[in-house]
Amino acid sequence: MNDTVIRVQNLGKRFRIGASPERYKTLRDTLVSGIKTPFQKLQHSSSSNLSSSGSNIIWALRDISFDVPRGKVMGIVGRNGAGKSTLLKILSRVTEPTEGSAEIHGRVGSLLEVGTGFHPELTGRENIYLNGAILGMKRIEIERKFDEIVAFSEVEQFIDTPVKRYSSGMYLRLAFAVAAHLEPEILVVDEVLAVGDAEFQRKCMGKMSDVAQAGRTVLFVSHNMSAVLRLTEETIVLDKGRLVFRAPTSQAVDYYMAAGFTGAGERLWTSDEIPEEAAPFMPLALRVKDVRGLVVDTLRSTEPIHVELEYRLDQPITGLRVGIYLLTMRGEYVFTSFDLDDPTQFEKLGVRAEGHYISHCTIPANTLNEGRYVLAINASSFRVKRYFWDDRALAFTVDATGAPGKQWPEPRMGAVRPALEWVIERL
Amino acid sequence: MTSDQLTNSPRDVIILKPSRGLAALNLRDLWTYRELVLFLSWRDVLVRYKQTVLGAAWAIIQPIVQMVVFTLIFSKAAGLSSEGVPYPIFNYTALLPWGLFSKAMNDAGRSLVNNRNMITKVYFPRLTIPVASVLAGMVDFGIAFLVYIGIILYYNLAPNSTYTYTVTPALLTLPLFIILALVATLGVSLWFSAANVIYRDVGHMLPFLTQIWFFLTPIVYSSSEVSGKWQIIYALNPLTGVVEGFRWSLLGIHSLPLPLLFVSAGVAVVILITGVIYFRNMERTFADEI
Repeated sequence: MNDTVIRVQNLGKRFRIGASPERYKTLRDTLVSGIKTPFQKLQHSSSSNLSSSGSNIIWALRDISFDVPRGKVMGIVGRNGAGKSTLLKILSRVTEPTEGSAEIHGRVGSLLEVGTGFHPELTGRENIYLNGAILGMKRIEIERKFDEIVAFSEVEQFIDTPVKRYSSGMYLRLAFAVAAHLEPEILVVDEVLAVGDAEFQRKCMGKMSDVAQAGRTVLFVSHNMSAVLRLTEETIVLDKGRLVFRAPTSQAVDYYMAAGFTGAGERLWTSDEIPEEAAPFMPLALRVKDVRGLVVDTLRSTEPIHVELEYRLDQPITGLRVGIYLLTMRGEYVFTSFDLDDPTQFEKLGVRAEGHYISHCTIPANTLNEGRYVLAINASSFRVKRYFWDDRALAFTVDATGAPGKQWPEPRMGAVRPALEWVIERL
Repeated sequence: MTSDQLTNSPRDVIILKPSRGLAALNLRDLWTYRELVLFLSWRDVLVRYKQTVLGAAWAIIQPIVQMVVFTLIFSKAAGLSSEGVPYPIFNYTALLPWGLFSKAMNDAGRSLVNNRNMITKVYFPRLTIPVASVLAGMVDFGIAFLVYIGIILYYNLAPNSTYTYTVTPALLTLPLFIILALVATLGVSLWFSAANVIYRDVGHMLPFLTQIWFFLTPIVYSSSEVSGKWQIIYALNPLTGVVEGFRWSLLGIHSLPLPLLFVSAGVAVVILITGVIYFRNMERTFADEI
């Protein structure tokens, strides 16, 4: 049973991004560009050939080759925009590759999202049938599994209620329940586990490992390294559309975690690293400093940690908030904090004028446990636009020398290491 | 162990690569997903009258109100002839296929864009979406047909009515004209739905295109009003043949204008075939463009 079920050869996908990718193409545009093109060709031939590669063409994937043997649970990791989703979309036949080929042996079930095609006006029961059919299940198959799906979703009493009246938790549970009962030979999963509460996530993970243990082939994309470690045997790492590493999962995760960090306690952004959509927000630098104000890679857990983000606004932004996420190396969140978390500050700074800024804060002493951490940054206007984010902007190490409990030379569980005031009373 | 179940038969192998030239029509795929077509049209029908007070009664009210309005304007006010049949019957016979066509064209034309969330997330033959829209229109057609029978009965049983409905052997050909109506409807729907993905102008065009098309089709008037030399050009509208066929088959009035019918039917078939080809060719970029 060592045959290959997925064979990908030199796969590539090109996207055209226009000057305004948000706009729909209209007949007028086509007519206008039809008229313009001959002139542009003239211009191009007269000027140098430098720009002929086309600045508005991007390769989301390029030269990807790999194969997956039957029964393998394979992880795919990479930063945002590395091409993970595009790869899954090609393998699940949602979109066509621009070059290369992929050969797939067997029925593919893709979970790029849960609840695809759910209609708010239809009842839970009706949506189970509809969603099942969209995912490629036969009616008899859905009928056979109906009770199981309902039991898994825990929405029995509301099964004949339109799903628009469901809480978001119920909606997700029902949606995942349908998807979880799909029985394809190859399952393609994208990050669906990142939604919902902890209980729901636990249930999803359980179902995922069942699928894996039943000997089916699974491709699993996630940002959550502990999920990748738990579920997959082998992992490929994508970066900027290329496959850069393939190894047993633990090695691949280490590679992914170590790659791309300067390790100097400072991250600088060059203009080509900043996507166009970020404008007018321009990140410049993210630094961690120790108590003496030095930019360092290793900080002590017993001392405060100073975090500063330097940026430029080319135009005023209404409602802008700039913040950090702190994550463990495994991708689990420790906390989130924004520079306008204080409501009175938030009231005062409704519009942030253009200019050069530093937003800085201090993580108090005795907060973090020893280990390596990742800072992610986010600049957004709530519910309006996310200008910029980098989910792995900077990594730093925390050293716990002198921290509470250090008299015992054992690793402590958990991401935080607070100095709690214990009182021992003899009664 | 389920390994036996998992053993591949060769037909399960899928090769994904950039398609070149005219995409293979691959209609077998559509057949595999026939249940999805039914589910999608069932959804469209189910959702259409949710949260309305009158519910499915709308499917009856709409054509009747249309017919009454047209009768008042075109028969009473404009005095158009109706070839010896009471004008409401004459008009309603044409409204049957026209209702199917106009509703399906508008629904199907927007169907891909309305279902974009599915198209960008899951694979299934994209043809299922417009086909399901057209099929959902058949439900309303069925209801409208029941109303039609009611109208005929009324005109025959009402005490002061002078009209008697006579069944002719031509009635047996009705299924053929229904199929012709579906061919024309599906063809036009495929063109518009695929074009609407790339050019949203289509969505804006549909309402007034429907109106213009309505007057280019012999619904409120008879095709015999169109003078001889224009007849063939007039027949390029596939709906002309459909409507004339319906009147001939259901009402048995005048003889069937065969040249006109053949031109219309030919155009309908050409639109369907080119529609399928155009659709399949555009399909590969749907997920990226929508």
